[in-house]
Amino acid sequence: MGTHMAKTPQKPEPEEQAANIYEGSIPLARLKDKDIYRHVMAVLVDNESGVLARVVGLFSGRGYNIESLTVSEVDKEKKLSRINLVTSGTRQVVEQIKAQLGRLVPVHIVHDLTDEGPSVSRELALVKVRGVGEKRVEALRIGDIFRSNVVDSTTESFVFEVVGSDQKVDAFIDLMKPLGLVEVSRTGVAAIARGTKGVQE
Amino acid sequence: MPDTGITEERLNGAAIVLKALQEQGVDVIFGYPGGSVLPIYDELFKQNSIRHVLVRHEQGAVHAAEGYARSTGKVGVVLVTSGPGATNAVTGLMDALMDSIPVVCLTGQVPTHLIGNDAFQEADTTGITRPCTKHNYLVKDVDQLARTVHEAFFVAKSGRPGPVVIDLPKDVVMALGTYTEAPKTSAPSKQHTAYKPRVVPDRAAVEAAVELMRNSKRPVFYTGGGVINSGTRASELLRELVKLTGFPITSTLMGLGAFPAADEQWLGMLGMHGLYEANLAMFHCDVMINIGARFDDRVTGNLKFFSPNSKKIHVDIDPSSINKNVIVDIPVLGDCAHVLEEMIKIWKEKGGSKVEAKAHKTWWRQIEEWRARDCLKFEQKGKIIKPQYAIQRLYELTKNRKTFITTEVGQHQMWAAQFYRFEEPNRWLTSGGLGTMGYGLPAAVGAQMANPDALVVDIAGEASILMNIQELSTAVQFRLPVKIFIINNQYMGMVRQWQELLHGGRYSESYTDALPDFVKLAEAYHCAGLRVSDPDKLDDTIKEMMSINKPVIVDVLVDQKENCFPMIPSGKAHNEMILSAEDTTKKVITGEGLALV
Ligand SMILES: Cc1ncc(C[n+]2csc(CCOP(=O)(O)OP(=O)(O)O)c2C)c(N)n1
Ligand SMILES: [Mg+2]
Repeated sequence: MGTHMAKTPQKPEPEEQAANIYEGSIPLARLKDKDIYRHVMAVLVDNESGVLARVVGLFSGRGYNIESLTVSEVDKEKKLSRINLVTSGTRQVVEQIKAQLGRLVPVHIVHDLTDEGPSVSRELALVKVRGVGEKRVEALRIGDIFRSNVVDSTTESFVFEVVGSDQKVDAFIDLMKPLGLVEVSRTGVAAIARGTKGVQE
Repeated sequence: MPDTGITEERLNGAAIVLKALQEQGVDVIFGYPGGSVLPIYDELFKQNSIRHVLVRHEQGAVHAAEGYARSTGKVGVVLVTSGPGATNAVTGLMDALMDSIPVVCLTGQVPTHLIGNDAFQEADTTGITRPCTKHNYLVKDVDQLARTVHEAFFVAKSGRPGPVVIDLPKDVVMALGTYTEAPKTSAPSKQHTAYKPRVVPDRAAVEAAVELMRNSKRPVFYTGGGVINSGTRASELLRELVKLTGFPITSTLMGLGAFPAADEQWLGMLGMHGLYEANLAMFHCDVMINIGARFDDRVTGNLKFFSPNSKKIHVDIDPSSINKNVIVDIPVLGDCAHVLEEMIKIWKEKGGSKVEAKAHKTWWRQIEEWRARDCLKFEQKGKIIKPQYAIQRLYELTKNRKTFITTEVGQHQMWAAQFYRFEEPNRWLTSGGLGTMGYGLPAAVGAQMANPDALVVDIAGEASILMNIQELSTAVQFRLPVKIFIINNQYMGMVRQWQELLHGGRYSESYTDALPDFVKLAEAYHCAGLRVSDPDKLDDTIKEMMSINKPVIVDVLVDQKENCFPMIPSGKAHNEMILSAEDTTKKVITGEGLALV
């Protein structure tokens, strides 16, 4: 998908922000930028059947990238689910993605966490590594360094639970490859903005 | 007692559906029965306020509903059965989505306990129609039925309009439940609280737009179907603003009629088969004011060279239209009528244009030079009818009546757009976005149903008309005197034209062989059939067509080799138009253009 090359977009310069005088306007230079950036988004949706298909269908139908997508109910009373997704594209494409998501009937809010200020993101992975002797000891040592938990073990295998940014999880998996990596199960990225403000405020 | 909008009376689901439709003001449904919708048909039978038009194919039902919607500004309603009924409707739904036409389509579904079991006539209708509707519903609870119907109407007609499907399992329409009245407020959606399309624009954005307009020396209005969808008020306001500013105006295929073609500020349609003056004005303008159009590829030509030196204003109700194809300087999110009203107000407040009148004069002089090329020029000589002449005569002879024109897809459609001159919105019904052959006849049926006293003419091609010819039967049954004016060139003319342009004139499968005798075909359907091949008899034939108070097919035998010009070849820019057949040899399509459609 060529997404590994994606950059993180710069925050707008102050004078660019000042040019943002009315809703929906984005500095032209930014829109014309052909570089590809990686964006983490949070989308609040009505939790109803078909809603995930709508979002996924939008991405496949219009040829957008999805690097990661997770969905889970976050408010039982209001029946709201949160979709966390990681995508990449030029600024123009990313703005399109947000607008296309925003006009789906069950979508409440689309937040571009990458754009809107600092955010934290975490992913959890369960990583099964098989090995004996020195390799087994080394796997355990790396597990320690990454502050992972061993959630299952046999005399010849471990299942590590590792939590962190997706880059950290990537790095962990890479290191385990020569040590007998058997299987990986990842949750996808969950992300949230730093600070006091809530997603619906 | 608090008014909850819920009545205690218990009704079956089918009756609830009918009651909700009645409350929504529906007077006509276009549909076709089948097993899963029989309970709804039974309720239809028991009432009188809603008429049902029995079409002959479900695709026809959706196009008819579109014709009804476009000619009235109201929501068109469709009722079809599960499985094949629903899948047959898909093309119509996609057509309505692409052209932003408000349609509510009720589809039958197998009972809920059978869903997923490959039951007889089961299809995953919500799955299939998800990408070709604005929204869709599968109703599993009879008590949600009324609410869902009300919300569906709101979604279909608000914001950027579009088709909405409600899938109705048979057990749900047979179950007893309670009726819920439509909410009184404008935002009724109880299920989807987030759906609130923006209508009123941001004042700062409109001010910035007007400021650009006031400073512009070479302005042009580029308007689209959004103006028509916004309602007749938007067309009135557009006329006011265009008069106020004195700017030239062009429009997309979808927007024809919003501004009167007789007006001197009117440049004609733009785009692939648009007028020379319109496309060159787009290319050379310094400020482009896009109102309710979407920078479609038929309009822009090669994006790299699209209006290279202009500042662009884009008014649209759909945020996803903005900056999608063309990056604009001033986006204005809102409903056309609201935005136009605001523009007029601010234009007046600020005291109009800031540039010297001389600048605008120079611009107009330039436009007049382009106009003088007379790009639609054709010669009617000899004993063969030119297709352009046929449409020109049709226009001249019908213009004083309230006339609705629908079309099929192909050269005849483009000639109709070029040579039929529209003075009013909602009179021109054509499949723009999807380009659906077979659209025109059912759309005419829908328009005639809504406008019984009007003249409704489907300008057709001999190939396209065969795609939904069965709807002639519908027209006869419901006494809808639609006229089918076939521009018969014995070719899929538009395909042949492209083959000449791109494929060395190898007419692979574009000759329409084994055509029926359209006069006899009309007679077989109990309609009138006329044929004309002599230019001198054309007028009389058209008059005769108009005088017959039942459906008529007119088979107009025209010059088979005529091509549609002007044309921006695929991959080319607005200033690289082909103006005539002779011009074609000089401007060859190469490279990327070959791969475009
Ligand atoms: C359903 C459908 N199938 C195929 C096409 C592709 N197509 C566009 S125009 C055309 C030929 C139409 O021929 P006719 O109706 O005779 O019109 P003409 O161009 O000759 O005026 C075809 C096949 C289409 N637009 N729609
Ligand atoms: Mg033809």
